[in-house]
Amino acid sequence: MAGKIATTGIVPASGWRKFWSDFSESPTAVGALFVFLVILFIATFAPIVSPTNPYDLASVDIMNSRLEPGSQDFDGNTFWLGTDGAGRDMLSAIFYGLRVSLGVGALSGVVALIIGAAVGLSAAYFGGRFETLAMRIVDIQLSFPSILMALVILAVFGKGVEKTIIALVLVQWAYYARAARASALVEKNKEYVEAAQCLALGDRRIILHHIMPNCLAPLIVVGTLQTAHAISLEATLSFLGLGLPITEPSLGLLIGNGFEFMYSGDYWISIFPGVALLITIVSINLVGDQLRDIFNPRLQR
Amino acid sequence: MTPLLTVSNLSRDFTKSLDMVAKLLNRLGQNYREEVVHAVDDVSFSVFKGEIVGVVGESGCGKSTLGRMVAGILRPTNGQVSFDVTQAKNTDIPNALRTQMIFQDPFSSLNPRKRVIDIITEAPIHHKLIAPSEKRAFATEMLQRVGLDPDTLQRYPHQFSGGQRQRVGIARALAVSPEFLVCDESIAALDVSIQAQIINLFVDLKDKFDLTYLFISHDISVIEHISDRVIVMYLGRIVETAPIETFIKQPNHPYTQALLAGVPRLEVGKRQYEPISGEIPSPLSPPTGCHFHPRCKFATARCKAEKPALREIAPAHFSACHLNDEA
Amino acid sequence: MDPILQIKDLQTHFFTKAGVLKAVDGVSLEIGAGEIVGLVGESGSGKSITGFSIMGLVDAPGRIVGGQILFKGQDLAKLSPAEMQAYRGNRIAMIFQDPMMTLNPVLRIETQMVETILSHDGSVSKIDARARARDALGLVGISSPDERLRAYPHQFSGGMRQRVSIAIAMLNRPDLIIADEPTTALDVTIQGQVIHEMQRLCQETKTALLWITHDLAVVAGIAERICVMYAGRVVEQGPNANVIAAPMHPYTTGLLGSVPGQNRRGQPLQQIEGMVPSLMNLPTGCAFQNRCNLVSDICSSTNPDATSTKDGRLVRCHNIAAGDSA
Repeated sequence: MAGKIATTGIVPASGWRKFWSDFSESPTAVGALFVFLVILFIATFAPIVSPTNPYDLASVDIMNSRLEPGSQDFDGNTFWLGTDGAGRDMLSAIFYGLRVSLGVGALSGVVALIIGAAVGLSAAYFGGRFETLAMRIVDIQLSFPSILMALVILAVFGKGVEKTIIALVLVQWAYYARAARASALVEKNKEYVEAAQCLALGDRRIILHHIMPNCLAPLIVVGTLQTAHAISLEATLSFLGLGLPITEPSLGLLIGNGFEFMYSGDYWISIFPGVALLITIVSINLVGDQLRDIFNPRLQR
Repeated sequence: MTPLLTVSNLSRDFTKSLDMVAKLLNRLGQNYREEVVHAVDDVSFSVFKGEIVGVVGESGCGKSTLGRMVAGILRPTNGQVSFDVTQAKNTDIPNALRTQMIFQDPFSSLNPRKRVIDIITEAPIHHKLIAPSEKRAFATEMLQRVGLDPDTLQRYPHQFSGGQRQRVGIARALAVSPEFLVCDESIAALDVSIQAQIINLFVDLKDKFDLTYLFISHDISVIEHISDRVIVMYLGRIVETAPIETFIKQPNHPYTQALLAGVPRLEVGKRQYEPISGEIPSPLSPPTGCHFHPRCKFATARCKAEKPALREIAPAHFSACHLNDEA
Repeated sequence: MDPILQIKDLQTHFFTKAGVLKAVDGVSLEIGAGEIVGLVGESGSGKSITGFSIMGLVDAPGRIVGGQILFKGQDLAKLSPAEMQAYRGNRIAMIFQDPMMTLNPVLRIETQMVETILSHDGSVSKIDARARARDALGLVGISSPDERLRAYPHQFSGGMRQRVSIAIAMLNRPDLIIADEPTTALDVTIQGQVIHEMQRLCQETKTALLWITHDLAVVAGIAERICVMYAGRVVEQGPNANVIAAPMHPYTTGLLGSVPGQNRRGQPLQQIEGMVPSLMNLPTGCAFQNRCNLVSDICSSTNPDATSTKDGRLVRCHNIAAGDSA
């Protein structure tokens, strides 16, 4: 009989502990993650953490308009970042703006990921004409500048939250499709997929239970970086006046609205939302970079 | 006695088809040809129940492709693989599961995201061979059969050594009660002392569970150790098939002779190697006639022109060499 | 005759964030001029790291922490990288398992070989260097060397590439060649060719050769002496015939018993119980104690020293038969 096999003395760390140990190798990434979590917290709980509700018409007083950062209103509340043309507190507006920006960016990212992954995985697994066709469409789509595509879509379909999200999804899904296909092609040739085929598990099960879970890592990396891209894209669209309506201002819209005040020296109405946008995108990118390094098999971890 | 598995005129081609531009240019008068590799070229043999048939050959011989076609993972371009269901022990197993494969690379043959218990029980549950409630007991028994500690059920593959992973792969295959196992270089990636353990395990399992093996390896020592019969392949074709004693003592085909002469052996002391000359030809452009003729000491004009047939030169001993005709 | 290479108690450790990995932990061996020595071990035994240590190719987080590597009297472990450069590729050369570790895929063979010659001897003219490169290719049995010189590595098969690597190693007529699994990735018939070439070359040029491999059968065929490594230490070394025919260390016995072959048909192969201990967590005493069938009390407290035996071997075991020791 086969001899007794002692189990390994040291069991390598797995799961979250290992992930955190790898991730925390970069202090920059940890810092960026912390900043992002703060931003996420603010965005989620904006009504609670925000000093005022800038879209509650009752609390906004036109007399407070265009006050400098640090000024106070008649009740003694400080406008830390100043007020805009209608008297809204900039800090609160930024908090609410983060909410919209992150929400739209994340939602469009998730939907694009699902669609893109489905197309990419199927193309890689089934191959043949389907793959050729799907990937040509992806290639063609990726050759258009994303901002141009989004503008065209919004120009055709009009403004609005749903339409903006749809436009962002249509612009982004191709990136996910490409990442998913590349990853799935690698996994498809691995022996555990052949084993699953040998065990007659059926294509659907193999794609969903075997290939997809092993393709998640690159998709998460693309997702992180693409979300940042989506946020910035939405900001551009809103700045240009397309995209989100005034009732749900994102950071881009705030920047856009405040732009006219730049000439008269009231910089804070445009700059601060801009800085907030910058910090958000940079922190997401830094986290995404570290994730990409962790998941890169060539870096021999 | 009828064979358990019969392979008839099995062929598999890999074609690199022309892309759109090349097709267009062809219409305009150019002559681009598709590149075809005849990975397996008209192979026929049988395997009887309880046998271990070793398949040996070097790079490009097609043994891995052959193994995959026998296991049902790859579809042949021509020919067929037939399994004699009447000889099967267990009649309520789906036919597709009767032949299973043990793979080469312990690092990529297990799904890194699944726990061992799930790896082993996934197929039996999917095919309704066991109930989900029996999962744990079943997996425990499978692990014990291959000599692993059942406490490791909840672990992930990367927490095991190479040899242990191969055992999990074997347990996964055995979980569906197969009759026939194709072992494709299953021990090549392991250390010598671990190889010994897995070889012993294979022999044990064969006796215990009445299995039949197609054992593919480039390592002739291993083939000699466990095979009952040996098939020698070269560039997609079978050049010789013989019972093991004949293979070792009286190899007929010049390639088999060269192979056996060149193998490093532990028993012999310091020796002078007298290797055969020449490189293994590329499968994309194999030599005409007998594929081996450029490297063969005894080649004649006929060898260059005509493909030799695989002929029975003694009971159960087949060889594809024109020189046998002259005898 | 003075040995060309004398390794004395070499220790190479890797300082990782998980702990100190003692890859090589007290290796001593000798190679005489023109001698072929086989260094045998399984994965994790430290055999490749020993080869890299000799060549000065151990990268962070590893470094040589103790011992001496005396090459013709000069301690290589003490040399600076610049000084080691003069030896590497010149007096000592290395051949790797994967020839693409030696061959640069974007350079023609000729360019790479001429560069190897010129970097060690600036006085040679390019024409002479090219002629030497041609001769080196002929030396390893490559036909039509002029055409081959102009080719790129991807135009060669695996066996040819390995032969080119051997030719490059031989270019400057080194005194010692370290070959790390040179034929493991090759087909059997090609392996035979390459082994034959190396055997012939070493006999003709009297180059010493350290053949590192896991394949006992290969070294049994060509080496004069065999060193067996386990968990970073040499457990047995001695003349080829003696070690193979009558191994003394329990690990060597187990290893030889594990090798399948025609003589062992029908019998189960010998299995060594247990697993290799983690190199970060070696037990006190002998590293093999948990798997040894000769284990006794002293094995868990003291690491055995090398004992000389009557037939010219060095064995690290407390329990070899008393009658065998010298």
